[in-house]
Amino acid sequence: MDHLSSYLVLSAILFSLGLYTVVTRRNAVAILMGVELILNAANINFVAFSKFVTHNLDGHLISVFIIMLAAAEAAVALAIVLNLYNDRGHINVDEANALKQ
Amino acid sequence: MADFIFWMIWALVVASAALVAFGNNLIHSVFALMGTFLGVAGIYIFLNADFLAVTQIVVYVGGILVLLVFGIMLTNQISTAQISQSSVQKGLGLLVVLGVLTIILTSVLPHDWVGSITPMAFSETVEGIGRLLFTDYLILFEIASVLLLGALIGAATLARKEL
Repeated sequence: MDHLSSYLVLSAILFSLGLYTVVTRRNAVAILMGVELILNAANINFVAFSKFVTHNLDGHLISVFIIMLAAAEAAVALAIVLNLYNDRGHINVDEANALKQ
Repeated sequence: MADFIFWMIWALVVASAALVAFGNNLIHSVFALMGTFLGVAGIYIFLNADFLAVTQIVVYVGGILVLLVFGIMLTNQISTAQISQSSVQKGLGLLVVLGVLTIILTSVLPHDWVGSITPMAFSETVEGIGRLLFTDYLILFEIASVLLLGALIGAATLARKEL
């Protein structure tokens, strides 16, 4: 627990799982969950480097802004997903390939 | 003891994130995502980030997760608790992601990070974060407020019945 690499490995695994979710899922909400995993992985890296390498609070500040950005992104993305559902009756992103039907 | 708790939380984060990525039931994935968020909050505590840990729980578990559950409930005909989800191109995706993971680990782990031997001792971060937020990061703070206002108006406009 007192070594940087354990946090970096965790962050890399979390990022990879998030990337896999984004790449393979068809459901738009599930893809959003993958994006949240990726953002969490980035946050862990920022805070870990803040503790072990730079020894200041800059990484914490960036993480606060990332969390804020994730909240805004989730709200807007879900509004878009609801519109997609009202329009098509499903939210499978691989079938949403036309601007207007 | 602390070591044991750390590795338990580490395993919790990885296992629940794996359930998010590989699970077949969307509802199970969302609840696994809650495990990931809580686990990451625990990791923040081990990284001396007390303010971030609380923010993580309040914003992610209290806000984003509820939003995701609403998104699932509003976009499915809910007759059972079983909302299945499917994936496409699993093999190719797994191949690409394992490649990315290998690249990250082989480039990050052998590197000798300066100062990684001496972790910072714990001290309260709230005061420092507040101070930095209104000095060095003031512009970013103001931009964030405008962005949040834009997201609020945008989401409210998009979610109306008649667009």
